[in-house]
Amino acid sequence: MGYQWNWGVFMQPSGTGDDTYLSWMFAGFQMTIALSLSAWVLALILGALIGVLRTVPNKALAGIATAYVELFRNIPLLVQLFIWYFVLPELLPESLGNAFKQSNPIMQQFLASMVCLGLFTSARVAEQVRAGINSLPKGQKNAGLALGFTLPQTYRFVMLPMAFRLVVPPLTSEFLNIFKNSAVCSTIGLLELAAQGRQLVDYTAQPYESFIAVTVAYVMINVVIMMLMRRLETKVAVPGYIGGK
Amino acid sequence: MHEFDWSSIPGALPFLWDGMKISLEITIQAVIFGIVWGTLLAMMRLSSVKPLSWFAAGYVNFFRAIPLVMVLLWFFLIVPKFIEQLFGLPSGTDMRLASAMIGFALFESAYYSEIIRAGIQSVPKGQIAAASALGMTYSQSMRLVLLPQAFRNMVPLLLTQAIILFQDTSLVYVSALADFFGAAYKVGDRDGRLVELLLFAGAVYFVICFSASQIVKRLQKKYHPA
Amino acid sequence: MKKFALATAVATTLSVSFAMPAQAQESATLKKIKDAGSITLGHRESSIPFSYYDDKQQVIGYSHELMLQVVADIKANLKLAKLDTKLMPVTSSNRITLVQNGTIDIECGSTTNNTERQRQVGFSTTIFVIGTKLMAKKDAGVKDFPDLAGKNVVTTAGTTSERLIRKMNEEKGMKMNIISAKDHGEAFLTLETGRAVAFMMDDALLYGEIAKAKKPGDWLVTGTPQSKEAYGCMLRRDDPEFKKMVDASLTKAMTSGAAEKIYAKWFMSPIPPKGLNLNMALSDEMKATFKTPNDKAFE
Repeated sequence: MGYQWNWGVFMQPSGTGDDTYLSWMFAGFQMTIALSLSAWVLALILGALIGVLRTVPNKALAGIATAYVELFRNIPLLVQLFIWYFVLPELLPESLGNAFKQSNPIMQQFLASMVCLGLFTSARVAEQVRAGINSLPKGQKNAGLALGFTLPQTYRFVMLPMAFRLVVPPLTSEFLNIFKNSAVCSTIGLLELAAQGRQLVDYTAQPYESFIAVTVAYVMINVVIMMLMRRLETKVAVPGYIGGK
Repeated sequence: MHEFDWSSIPGALPFLWDGMKISLEITIQAVIFGIVWGTLLAMMRLSSVKPLSWFAAGYVNFFRAIPLVMVLLWFFLIVPKFIEQLFGLPSGTDMRLASAMIGFALFESAYYSEIIRAGIQSVPKGQIAAASALGMTYSQSMRLVLLPQAFRNMVPLLLTQAIILFQDTSLVYVSALADFFGAAYKVGDRDGRLVELLLFAGAVYFVICFSASQIVKRLQKKYHPA
Repeated sequence: MKKFALATAVATTLSVSFAMPAQAQESATLKKIKDAGSITLGHRESSIPFSYYDDKQQVIGYSHELMLQVVADIKANLKLAKLDTKLMPVTSSNRITLVQNGTIDIECGSTTNNTERQRQVGFSTTIFVIGTKLMAKKDAGVKDFPDLAGKNVVTTAGTTSERLIRKMNEEKGMKMNIISAKDHGEAFLTLETGRAVAFMMDDALLYGEIAKAKKPGDWLVTGTPQSKEAYGCMLRRDDPEFKKMVDASLTKAMTSGAAEKIYAKWFMSPIPPKGLNLNMALSDEMKATFKTPNDKAFE
């Protein structure tokens, strides 16, 4: 069974309108980028907050933060996604749930995906932030407190500026992961890169071309981000620490 | 508010258990294969033979660059034809389980190899020097000196990765295989009780992964009493 | 396919024993079935009442029953003592690829035979005729397609309905938000949970979805049919001998009245999962199909 290669397929007009299949792929690419970046912002904010909370002396706050991390780390991403998308709207008060469900479906899929990816990743970011804070010498905290800073001030002016610089390298891999994990969102119908690839197979019956194109696109995203993060890493590296010069 | 109706779960338990067995089977196979192939990759990566180290670096970077969903789709829709020819299987064999396992194993071994490489590098260089001073060959020093220590250091990380892998098995959903999640979804879809079944699946995964991670934590304390 | 024939001729003359070109002479599918002693059947998971799971996770349905009939005939024709049947669930969006790449030998579910798909796969004699319509809540005020302007509408990914509605949306500027669900079950869930006001699909499948609804009385199937479509069993392309055997078996079932009995069982009697009766009388198109079986696509 010889396979008929046809790379020209991307230039053909798409099955429904005047676009080409290439423009489908590009739309998917944009969706992947938009979703990953917005989820990443969410993950950084929540992750930093929860990570800090895990290190504070207040048992209740630290406990809540630990529970948060364990909850989001121990349920598969796919299950979390389905729960956000299918289950949560049913658990909301009816009027609120209906308002959400009758909004634009792309918006719904995007929101569910963004919140899901963001929270899932925030638990991992929190662990890195906690490790960063814990890796600081105890003396720094004590010195801050001895200077008359309150605990929040010590965090804000002494520990966090250091810790955030230390966690940049481990966060690189989480940042890369969020792009890869965004492919899971194709399962709820969000038309990102992987989903557009599959749709292309369906309309053109040229599986090899479309799968190769999608794979190459992911590799490209990966390479670009690695290069950007390398630069950032050298910029923020703390002299005297591993990775610093 | 939603009215919960959990009645479809008890009758579906045997089917769900079958799914769980598939999830576990994939996990165990991929962990074993991943550690073996990952160790080889790590050793290649650290080897002084350049082509070997390039190959390993290329392999690891490639698999770490693409989403697992894509790997699984490749292995579901495209690769089975090749596997059939490779192993001389009669075409039309149900390859979903086999190809999911192979896809997983190849994918996860890239991650395992990075853990193992870090583990090997964590052993002080002096040990290799000492081993070769004792007249050991490279493979002897790896086998008898380095790897045993490296693995001891790595056990918690390897196990944590296994828990992640177990969670990732839910993605075989894309290849219509009835793993635990796939089974739960099918039952929910059939009975119109998806909400309940998804929550149930989430709870089961949580209980398993949370307990497993607590055990890993204990092990970690035992091996590295900080 | 000219190239293929040429290659075959060359290969045969040179009496090279490559397996592939040799298969072009006799049916590749039949040879495979004989050699392996097994046949792989593609089925659906939630195409009620054509091909779906019952509460014991067994595959049942109108198309599935016809397919089993075909398998029995193949077994008899090939004089096989034993023929294993392997079942492989497919979705609307992967079924064509899976037939093309040889994973499954035959798929009888709810697949429309049209000229576009004929370029990719082969089709048997028509087993069912449907029209594409809408399902909506009775009190939603949706009577026909123009009522959908600006609303959320769900359909199943990879189906003819998906293309038709997208096209309609673009051509008529209706500003519908179209949701493409993975399977009919998920599409219906989208409708039932209020995410969409209507579900566009083949009418028989819409009635099938009502059969598993929590409150079947709430739903109605409506709208001007957007297309008339013929379902066929999907086979690999370019295997006329296998197609002949499948067609012969289906034709026998239809002309002998056996198919009509199967029809009555799935469309005019209570069916799983909830014991609802779809009450779809045999349409004129279906009567014609049973009388003179043919493999013509409507478009």
